[in-house]
Amino acid sequence: MPELLRAAWVIARRDFAAIIFSKAFFFFLLGPVFPLAIGIAAGSIGGQVARDIDQPSFALVMSAGETQAVLKARAALAQQLGESRVPMLAAVETDDPQSALDSGNDSRFLGVLTGSLAKPQLIGTESEIMRWKGPLELLVERARAGGAAAPATLETRTVAQSAGSQEQGRLVTAQVGQALLVLLTMLLAGMVLSNLVEEKTNKIIEILAAAVPIDAIFLGKLFAMLGMALIGIACWTALALGAILIAANGLPALPTPATGWPLFLALGVGYFAMAYLLLGSLFLGIGAMASTVREVQTLSMPATMGQLLFFFLASYSVTRLGEPIELVAVAFPFSSPFAMLARAAQQDGLWQHLLALGWQAFWVLLLIRFGAKLFRRNVLKSGSGKRGLIAGLFARP
Amino acid sequence: MTANAIEAHGLVKIFGRQRAVDGVDLTVPAGSIFGILGPNGAGKTTTLRMLLGIVDPDEGTRTLLGTDHPLDVARRVGYLPEERGLYPSMKAYDAIAFMGALRGLPLAEGRKRGRAMLEEHGLGKAADKEVRTLSKGMAQTVQLLGTLVHDPELIVLDEPFSGLDALNQAKLERLIRAQADRGVTVIFSTHVIAHAERLCERIAIIANGKVPFTGSVSDARDRLRPQVRLETRALDGPWRAALPADAAPEGHFWHFTLPETGVEPLLRALIEGEAGIQSLSIERPGLHDAFVAIAGADAARQLEADQQEAADA
Repeated sequence: MPELLRAAWVIARRDFAAIIFSKAFFFFLLGPVFPLAIGIAAGSIGGQVARDIDQPSFALVMSAGETQAVLKARAALAQQLGESRVPMLAAVETDDPQSALDSGNDSRFLGVLTGSLAKPQLIGTESEIMRWKGPLELLVERARAGGAAAPATLETRTVAQSAGSQEQGRLVTAQVGQALLVLLTMLLAGMVLSNLVEEKTNKIIEILAAAVPIDAIFLGKLFAMLGMALIGIACWTALALGAILIAANGLPALPTPATGWPLFLALGVGYFAMAYLLLGSLFLGIGAMASTVREVQTLSMPATMGQLLFFFLASYSVTRLGEPIELVAVAFPFSSPFAMLARAAQQDGLWQHLLALGWQAFWVLLLIRFGAKLFRRNVLKSGSGKRGLIAGLFARP
Repeated sequence: MTANAIEAHGLVKIFGRQRAVDGVDLTVPAGSIFGILGPNGAGKTTTLRMLLGIVDPDEGTRTLLGTDHPLDVARRVGYLPEERGLYPSMKAYDAIAFMGALRGLPLAEGRKRGRAMLEEHGLGKAADKEVRTLSKGMAQTVQLLGTLVHDPELIVLDEPFSGLDALNQAKLERLIRAQADRGVTVIFSTHVIAHAERLCERIAIIANGKVPFTGSVSDARDRLRPQVRLETRALDGPWRAALPADAAPEGHFWHFTLPETGVEPLLRALIEGEAGIQSLSIERPGLHDAFVAIAGADAARQLEADQQEAADA
């Protein structure tokens, strides 16, 4: 095994350097920038529209007189500042102001403005309090009509998210994470299809095959491409974060996944690597059979269709944790990374991820061996009648 | 070091319905220069690829430097395939280093040696050039140096002379001899008889996937009786009865195979029969004649055609 890894390292190092230091890699990096820029622009416009349509709304739980005063103040402020700049307020009659956040349709409230004008209080999640405290203080001050000596200061009470909204939020994280994973895998894994064409057209494959096991060639090429993909992703992520920070003046708040952000991100990298290696090893095996770029192009269509099928399976199972279809998605190697990332967003516990990563790694190795055997048999014409293809998987490389 | 660098017994390779290699036996003594001589399509490349483990034989066994798993000794072997191949975007010295790295030589050491070897072979200025910018001959030299950079014990060269001009062929012959002088075993395939005849201590003649002969060049030539060229003053006479049955006249000249009994009884009979001997020469057959006799006329014709094609190219 060490010799196999050494050989794989030699191949990977050559391939990685050849890719990274080529002019084509610069264009590869630039590739997603244009659609990303358009996406960000469209997203920010869409976001603005959404903000305009879905105005933030707070429950107002005060005495009848003060409620009227606050609502009047809101109307006046809205006239001066514009409707969209002042949060909506809805009077709610209840003895327990906090219950306005949990009860039925009222879950649309971001928080509750309660107490009295003299001693106002804002109940909400930490992020909503931070965001809306200022505008609401202005509103209360206006409602006081200058009666109070000191400027209005809202007393705040932070509440944890409700169970329902937390679950909902994690589902969003799961879907976003999964979509991102699928998108990146689809964008990048297809490139592996044409990976052996250079060696075959330049007759280098003979030199490689005489010196190192085909398994090492496949492994090295796959990891070189993974390295390139990770560099690409790192560049695009940095660019995207920079653009978002500049354009949106802050990162968008995604609900915290069940495993927490650090572990979720680490698992995201791990599952991307596995998804990439799984699809890549399959595509490398298929692509290795092709001898021209035209053949590779012909093969890319069924490969893309296959990727889409895996995506549909994984995305269908996101909302069905623990159900048979989700378990199938988790166990089936090609959908497993996507399904497991969705799990990481929605369900705590590290062991299942370690198990899944191990399972996926096993399939990567199996696919590499299978691809290498096929390559030896069909391309190098090295079919040996003594051993079947399946039995050969477990023989010495 | 094992006594034999390569041993192969009953190697068979079948492609579809064709037996590309059909029961090949080979023994290559360590430290020797060994040639596999045969026309294109005879099975030379497939045999070498089986020996190196690039393809598995369908039948038969082979050992390379004492092991039947050739990749285990890849670090001790250098291989120049028939179809030359280098990464076009690699620099010449890096291409040599990469080929060494494939066979276990540290990359830094390979780069150092690559530069030195290029310098030694008059290609110092090309060291930093990309392979795509090199001439065909230069690229072939780079690949050959890449085959040698890790100091292999066994060098396998598949049609190493093809595509080289006469000057570079002579250089390559010197290089092969120099390697053999260092104790390196060299096995190469060729369809050019002259290379085999000049370089090899032992050869295998291959035709239609079979090896009808292995041994020294001298042994191959000894397979044929020497040819006699006789010039007589008389055109006819009782002395003609002394000539062997295969004697063919050409004016005053006669060509025939030296009889088993030797030249002396023949001379005596010719003198007594008053043939008037003007000249008599005994010629030892060349490897070409031996090839015709061993591999058959068809294989010999194909070999000649291949040689002509290579010369034209």
